[in-house]
Amino acid sequence: MKKEQQLDLYYQMVLIRRVEERGAELYQAGKIGGFMHLYIGQEAVSTGLIAAREPRDRVITAYRDHGVALNCGISANEVVAELLGKVTGTSKGKGGSMHMASTEKNMWGGHAIVGGHLPIASGLALGDQYAGNDNVTICMFGDGATNIGYFHEALNVAKTWGLRVLWVCENNMYGMGTSVERASAVSEIRQRAEGYNMKSGRVDGMDVMKVYEASKEAIDYVRGNSQPYLLEAVTYRYRGHSMGDPERYRKQDEVKKWQENDPIGIFRRHLMEKKTATAKALDEIEARAEDEVNKAVEFAETSPEPSMEELFKDVYAE
Amino acid sequence: MAKITMREAISQALMEEMDRDPSVFILGEEVGVWGGTYAVTKGFYDKYGPERVRDTPIAENAIIGSAIGAAMVGQRPIAELMTINFAFSAMDYIVNQAPKLHYMFGGQFTVPVVIRAVGGGGRQLGATHSQTPDVIFAHFPGLKVVSPGTPADAKGLLKSAIRSNDPILFIEHATMYQVRGEVPDEEYLIPIGKSKVQREGKDVTIVTYCKGLELSMKAAEELSREGIEVEIVDLRTLRPLDMEPVLESFKKTNRAVVVEEGWKSYGVGAEISSRIYEQAFDFVDAPIMRVAQKEVPLPYNRTLEQAALPQVHDIIDAVKEVVK
Amino acid sequence: MAETISMPKLGFDMSEGVLVHWVKNEGENINKGDVLAEIETDKATVEVESSAGGVVRKLLASEGDVVPVGAPIAIVGTADEKIEEPAAASGKQKEEPKAEEIALAPPPSDQPASAPAPQMESTPQPAPSHRTETVEVAAEKAGPIKASPLAKKIARDNKVDLSRLDGTGPGGRIVRKDIEAALAGGQPPAVSAQKPATTPIPSFVPALHEDETVQLTKLRQAIARRMTGSKTSVPHFYVTHEYKMDAVMALRKQVNEYLPDNEKLSVNDFILKAVALALREFPNLNASFAGDKVVRHGAVNVGVAVAIPGGLLTIVNRNTDQQSLRAISADVKRMVAGAREGKVRPNDIEGSTFSISNMGMYDVENFAAIINPPEAAILAVGSAREVPVVEIGELKVGWRMKATISVDHRVSDGVEAAQFMQALAKYLEEPLRLLV
Repeated sequence: MKKEQQLDLYYQMVLIRRVEERGAELYQAGKIGGFMHLYIGQEAVSTGLIAAREPRDRVITAYRDHGVALNCGISANEVVAELLGKVTGTSKGKGGSMHMASTEKNMWGGHAIVGGHLPIASGLALGDQYAGNDNVTICMFGDGATNIGYFHEALNVAKTWGLRVLWVCENNMYGMGTSVERASAVSEIRQRAEGYNMKSGRVDGMDVMKVYEASKEAIDYVRGNSQPYLLEAVTYRYRGHSMGDPERYRKQDEVKKWQENDPIGIFRRHLMEKKTATAKALDEIEARAEDEVNKAVEFAETSPEPSMEELFKDVYAE
Repeated sequence: MAKITMREAISQALMEEMDRDPSVFILGEEVGVWGGTYAVTKGFYDKYGPERVRDTPIAENAIIGSAIGAAMVGQRPIAELMTINFAFSAMDYIVNQAPKLHYMFGGQFTVPVVIRAVGGGGRQLGATHSQTPDVIFAHFPGLKVVSPGTPADAKGLLKSAIRSNDPILFIEHATMYQVRGEVPDEEYLIPIGKSKVQREGKDVTIVTYCKGLELSMKAAEELSREGIEVEIVDLRTLRPLDMEPVLESFKKTNRAVVVEEGWKSYGVGAEISSRIYEQAFDFVDAPIMRVAQKEVPLPYNRTLEQAALPQVHDIIDAVKEVVK
Repeated sequence: MAETISMPKLGFDMSEGVLVHWVKNEGENINKGDVLAEIETDKATVEVESSAGGVVRKLLASEGDVVPVGAPIAIVGTADEKIEEPAAASGKQKEEPKAEEIALAPPPSDQPASAPAPQMESTPQPAPSHRTETVEVAAEKAGPIKASPLAKKIARDNKVDLSRLDGTGPGGRIVRKDIEAALAGGQPPAVSAQKPATTPIPSFVPALHEDETVQLTKLRQAIARRMTGSKTSVPHFYVTHEYKMDAVMALRKQVNEYLPDNEKLSVNDFILKAVALALREFPNLNASFAGDKVVRHGAVNVGVAVAIPGGLLTIVNRNTDQQSLRAISADVKRMVAGAREGKVRPNDIEGSTFSISNMGMYDVENFAAIINPPEAAILAVGSAREVPVVEIGELKVGWRMKATISVDHRVSDGVEAAQFMQALAKYLEEPLRLLV
């Protein structure tokens, strides 16, 4: 991967981190309502994965979607504005944290029902198959979603119909407050693919370059063979399931242990060891990200609320 | 004009739209090789092939969910639920996803999916295979619910549904596929969301749709012999609901009976009568009556099943009650 | 059981009266309804009747006393029963006894409930003015009347008193066709006249009522002007006659069998024709006072008072004496419908030479109307009802209807008016005369 792109990946990861941290502050200040699920700790997964796609490949994910939105090219302005419910947000303020999307950037949301978007992902790929192109649909979801019926129906039809779907499971070890051991019949999510006679892989989700390589390989496979693939990325979220999670289900030293393996830290060390960038350059990148986030927050806070007429718009297309 | 069956009308609508627009395709259980469990898509597989008439596994979430996804990226899928009773297995997609995606994402994309489902009881299929849960789906803003009662309406409405950019649930009735009716030879569309007066009369307004229309027309004949002329307003679409012809009729007759196959509690009758009381209170000369299924799961035994379902004589009794 | 007679309330704002004269004294026999005393109020000296029969056991006030309304003034009982003297007569007012209501006879010289409206506006039907409204209010207080929303609206629009109607809907509910029947027939359904009152008496709820100010409409102002003018400048006198209506009721029933639903004759149609024919014999009553002369009109154009929202209209049937019953009926129906919709032709509301006000549908025994200037007379018609009658010494059931003519004393006299009323009887009681 070229130097510029690597630095860009670093920038994206830091941007995500800063957006999430500011989001947490804004939430605690009462400016964000509802549920908010932070991506802190998982930045390497979506950054590496989406870097491996072509613009025509589609991305769809669950509710932990701010980072995915940023990686797909949606501006921090629109992301923060949506969090604040402003009309300048990705979804005119009517979706919120869990429902960010941009069809222009081929990002199909942000979905709140666990596993609910998986059959829809099969549908996106079905639409492309019907149209006769070789676009790949990248469907991201958590370990918790692999236990629900939607997962199984979606994977089954994808395999049966030969749909170009890359199923990416972000296994952060916990489905909300329930560990994988307590919820799943299998301990490694990738084992599920065997039940569907589907190819699979497992990757260290804390290392953005490893994620990128594994994703590239998987996407090529899916596109070339018109077959689905299940990629398990093992990662960890440093914050709770969502804001307000008291985290009684895990010990704080477990969290600390994973924080020593912070994906941003790992990549920073990698870039410096390989002499791709100096500490100063990386600090400048971080400052730039910080600046962009500050601008985004200001943009969002000064943006207008949606009007009352907006309440009744878009219930129907016609 | 030609006199054709409901089945033929629906079949023709599907075929005409598939011929007209290559993005239209059908998916569902047994729609292809089998030809459809109600023979609606008989012959389609040979004509259009397995990509456009796609047999699916028995996986309603996958059927409706993938139809939604395909619609989001520009195709026009028609998903079939073998019976509306199986809609519950895909409930999230029908009421929680399809009607909301366009709104939730600020109108960025549309979901032009048609879900065809067969409802109704009367063939001894037992409680879980005989329901008329139409109102449940009509409850959700963002989803359109259409249920025609004549072949002409079925054809015109289905064509409109397929061309519409909104998600539409199109409900057919298991015992009405053989019903015959006049259908224009030339191409025509019927707008979704418009009720229609199917029979004129001056004494009582009957509001109904789908199977209820068939029963009400029969009741009307008998009532006419006794000197009572009912006016029948066919809703045709449950959501969006067109009350104008209903109110216009009611202001003339001042008395109404609502006929539906679903259960009375929380049903179509509850909605219609509520709106009449709200919008035409001073015109009410008698309480509005509702004819509906008895409040029981539908039993297998033939006599019991028929006793539970609304019949022509129930409508006649209700009309007579209302003119007292 | 001894009964206490109290100072009656004879006006809405009367709080006390002066006992001017005892007509009966202690120890005298008195029958129920006999005059017991004379009382002076702001307005007049009034006779108070006893609500009990027996012996006047005690007089509780002296002549010249000022007695508050409701305070006891006398006790009537049997000759020898023990009498307990109630609290001081001039003292507090106890709960209002029933006696005072029976003692009350509304002063007949006061204005009649119905007054024909000025001719230029519209033809008045019997004005269901404040008297009917009072009755309606009383009826509503007595408990909810079962009527459909539609029936209530039509009743409201046409000022029909729902409490007077019987419903033919389920559970006795009044429905549209009941109101329409009442309005078209001009009489309440016969059943209601015989039906005993079954409305329950509501519990007493003390309430603070505020005054309500209602602005007068143009129509109301015009009525006010003209009626005041009539009453103050025209010397009215009144003659009442009771008519045997059996023949008309029977003839009407017969004739209506041959007529379609929307052309059936009402009793009022018969009255119009009868009046017109009688006026031919008494041209002096089909006239107008003109200063130093009387103009006896050539045509007999009978006006009919119609109630419309906000007032009255007098619709005019032309050459009533020359029209068939059917023609009169159709014409009146047309104009009444028009009046109710607010659409009348000028011709429909002008040129009456004599007016009729029919309050028969409101269960009115008898009333007197105010003359519609510049006419010389007006006939006020009450309800036709089945009452006990005596014929050749035998007690029977017959249909009787009272009518009162109000006449301009500058134009005519009592005898002429009385003879006119007799002539009218000829036509009403031998109704075949109306057909030839």
